[in-house]
Amino acid sequence: MFELLSHPWPWYVAGVLIGLTVPALLLLGNKLFGISSSLRHICAACLPANIPFFQYDWRKEVWNLFFVGGILLGALLATQLLADPAPMVVAEATKADLQTLGVQDFSGLMPEDLFGVSQIFSLKGLFFMVIGGFLIGFGTRYAGGCTSGHAISGLSHLQWPSLVATIAFMVGGFVSTWLLLPLIFKLL
Amino acid sequence: MMMSQNHSNIVLAPLECEAPNSQTKAESFVANLKYLAVGVGFGIVFIKAEIVSWFRIQEMFRLSSFHMYGVIGTAVVVGALSVLIIKKFKLRTIAGEAVVFPVKTFNKGHIFGGLLFGLGWGITGACPGPLFAQIGAGYPAIFVTLLSAIAGTWVYGYFRERLPH
Repeated sequence: MFELLSHPWPWYVAGVLIGLTVPALLLLGNKLFGISSSLRHICAACLPANIPFFQYDWRKEVWNLFFVGGILLGALLATQLLADPAPMVVAEATKADLQTLGVQDFSGLMPEDLFGVSQIFSLKGLFFMVIGGFLIGFGTRYAGGCTSGHAISGLSHLQWPSLVATIAFMVGGFVSTWLLLPLIFKLL
Repeated sequence: MMMSQNHSNIVLAPLECEAPNSQTKAESFVANLKYLAVGVGFGIVFIKAEIVSWFRIQEMFRLSSFHMYGVIGTAVVVGALSVLIIKKFKLRTIAGEAVVFPVKTFNKGHIFGGLLFGLGWGITGACPGPLFAQIGAGYPAIFVTLLSAIAGTWVYGYFRERLPH
């Protein structure tokens, strides 16, 4: 059993479990699945600064902060207790593309040469953490949701604006991967 | 739910939370631990199916693996069927309340914001949820990405009324 759980889980197992988060949150307490809103609650709680967008009762939405705290904890538990000793398998075509760009480390979930602590104050940190992170926060709130709120929850609820948002996410991701990343690696 | 203060701004993204708590009964700290538990399960899936891996996102955008498409596609089908079942059988929450299905109203932010987030997704290999998971998985530098994402959210809030919606 442990053996089975420690290997990477197939897409259909993960897909079913993630899909079930939608009814689980609805039935446990009428909560709409959406993670990027947690970032807004943090703003509203810590630095509302009289901005109308942050003047709402964030305490009522505190469940979302428990939820994201759980995600961090669950990731910690899975990494510590269910670790797969085998190295990460990256598709050959992607690995070749990334090596050409200049990525060196393929051993873990994330390349250490881009996301290691030693990169924080480097140009890599500026692009891959600071600018990338800013785009995530600004973009998801501007779009009114992220992959969970639009692509999974919104599409599950058959909301067409969520389909538009999901298509925009994908277009942005393709542009980022094929046009932006080569530019960034050229600057590094 | 917060009352909208400026009714003239209906074209803007809603001031209300977009992933709202629609339960009328207030919940205690202990009651909120339910959502922590769901989050823990979600975080374990994130790691074990490698969804939070920068490499898996790269594979998705380079069309060299079906994995992420399979995950998201299956999740949408399961989510949609669950919503259908809840509606059909008029299932109620464990507190006995009718389930609320908020309606999303389109604005241009769905496109502009969506494109900007997509750019960030391709660079960082993360959506907001995976940021928390990556930190838990032993990549403390992602805390910087998370702080920057919070800053991005704040800056959006600051400039919101001047942005096209």
